[in-house]
Amino acid sequence: MTVEQQPATEAPAAYLERYGQMLLIRLFETEMQRLFLKGEVHGTTHLCAGQEAVPVGVCSALEPDDYLAGTYRGHGHALAKGTDPRSLLAEMLGRATGVCGGRAGSMNVIDVAHGLVGCFGIVGGSIAAATGAAVTAKRQGRVAVAMFGDGATNQGYFHECLNFAKVLALPAVYVCENNFYGEFTPMLKVTGGGDITSRAAAYGIPAQTVDGNDVWAVREAALEAVQRARQGRGPTLLECQTYRHHGHSKADPAKYRPPEEVERWLARDPLNVAKARLAEQGIAEQEIAEVDDAIKARIEDAVQAALAAPYPDPAAENPTEFAP
Amino acid sequence: MSDTLEFRVAIRTAIVEEMERDESVVFFGEDIAAEQGGVFAVTPGIQEIFGAERVFDTPISELAITGAAFGAAVTGLRPIIEIMFGDFMGLSMDSLVNQSAKYWYLSGEQHAAPMVVRSAVGGGGRFGAIHSQTHATWFQGIPGLKIAFPSSPAEAKGLLKAAIRDDNPVIFLEHKRLYSIKGPPPQSAEEVIPLGRANVARPGRDLTIVSVGKGVPDALQAAAQLAENDGIEAEVVDLRTLRPLDLETVLESVARTNRLVAVEEGPATGGWASGLLGLVAEHGLHDLDDAWLLTTGELPIPYSPTLEDAFIPGAEAIASSVRERAGVASAR
Repeated sequence: MTVEQQPATEAPAAYLERYGQMLLIRLFETEMQRLFLKGEVHGTTHLCAGQEAVPVGVCSALEPDDYLAGTYRGHGHALAKGTDPRSLLAEMLGRATGVCGGRAGSMNVIDVAHGLVGCFGIVGGSIAAATGAAVTAKRQGRVAVAMFGDGATNQGYFHECLNFAKVLALPAVYVCENNFYGEFTPMLKVTGGGDITSRAAAYGIPAQTVDGNDVWAVREAALEAVQRARQGRGPTLLECQTYRHHGHSKADPAKYRPPEEVERWLARDPLNVAKARLAEQGIAEQEIAEVDDAIKARIEDAVQAALAAPYPDPAAENPTEFAP
Repeated sequence: MSDTLEFRVAIRTAIVEEMERDESVVFFGEDIAAEQGGVFAVTPGIQEIFGAERVFDTPISELAITGAAFGAAVTGLRPIIEIMFGDFMGLSMDSLVNQSAKYWYLSGEQHAAPMVVRSAVGGGGRFGAIHSQTHATWFQGIPGLKIAFPSSPAEAKGLLKAAIRDDNPVIFLEHKRLYSIKGPPPQSAEEVIPLGRANVARPGRDLTIVSVGKGVPDALQAAAQLAENDGIEAEVVDLRTLRPLDLETVLESVARTNRLVAVEEGPATGGWASGLLGLVAEHGLHDLDDAWLLTTGELPIPYSPTLEDAFIPGAEAIASSVRERAGVASAR
């Protein structure tokens, strides 16, 4: 199911940073779960706990001004790209201090200043957004990344845009977070050929299957894809195999997944994989504990700030339909 | 001024002038860079001027073309795309309705999606049901989108220049029966016609005919006939854009004429004309002695010339509808 682990290439401080970024996403999602049950998060939300290594590994290969388009399971995409947890959490809570002023919510976060083109509420939307961002990026020497799930590889967006990017040699990286379920349906049941990586071959696009629970494996693959894009050698598809710890959305207890499958994946929790790697690198437990404390404090601060922030006031809001 | 500007040339000139003016304008679509310059020969030679980085042909992938335009627009370019026939806009829907249109608002006004989506629309060309529709009303109810539908070569040039300069997504409709029409050029080569302001194309005291696109020259022709043969002076209002909708100009006209007919090349149900009449009733009922619609039937557009000609309300149909409503027997 997974490829061999890639060699590590970072200094110890960077190892701790990757771990910390993943922990930030995990704790953010834990808080989202808690706040949803308290009625502070409205509507629905799609948690990415278990999948943290993919956006963190990918974004570690990007420059700050590169572009990323994420999905409705996008809290990790935004945080990995640099969105402030304070403004992201406030957005989830519909507060005026949210990154989009409370207008977007969980599924549609946009953070232009951090190169987050957007998170898209309809499966596959991120693929086109990143493809278009790559048209701009080509002029700028930048790269654009699309994050999407296994379900999106059955959308027209996937096939049209991979072909489009190939024939125009766009600096795009297509990152499939294959968590093996499209909503409630097993990927294999609805995916002709049963293999996502091999789909890229039809478009002459290089592709790789990656252990999506190993942040350094993701980073290694992303570095190669980003370099290819920046050198004008066109797009790459990365299939990062991973697993969500929660159901599809808040309405889904995910009872359709066999318990032994869930157990097997939980044993390969990306945070545990990372911790094992930190130990291999001889990083002291004390140092890890310090990161844990710092991240916990950061999330706690974000939660307190968001809960204290005002809701947007309909009477004071002065939205314009059009940009002036 | 003499009729020296062809509609398709006006479109091409607007694109070239705006690309010269602004480096961030790019242009792509199916066959647009090919030698002929698209199926309606509107854009020949533009790639030669600006190069393949700014002007390029794409695969036949309307979803990818529109989605790519959106992604490029929100990252700093100003794409013009061509979706060959308006009917193909069904494939572009998600990208336009869910992504481009909402970006400005949803992002908390961080950035908009400045892009222009050009398409050939309209019946009368014997193209059949799925190459003849006018897709404006599919999009009219979507906040964040602008919809421009020019009525003449000069209007096409001025409105397209405005659309390219606009920071919002603009759906730009080009009636295929207008491409070969010639008209007077704009007063100044630099003329930009602001989006959202209707134009009184012909003043008159007896009734207001409101339309858009090819409906405007049809209405002008009908108004000339009515003036000459029946002594009826019709005012013709060219809406120019269906969103934003310039209700004010229509209300002012109705205040003068007290009678309104809205002419739409499309069905009455869910059309812009019925929506407009509703708004006029809401805001200008006290000025109204009469108001009605002239639309197509509630059917797909037929192919056969006899069926299609009878289906689309042209100048003759407008003139007879006005006479009938006014209780005037035809003078001829």
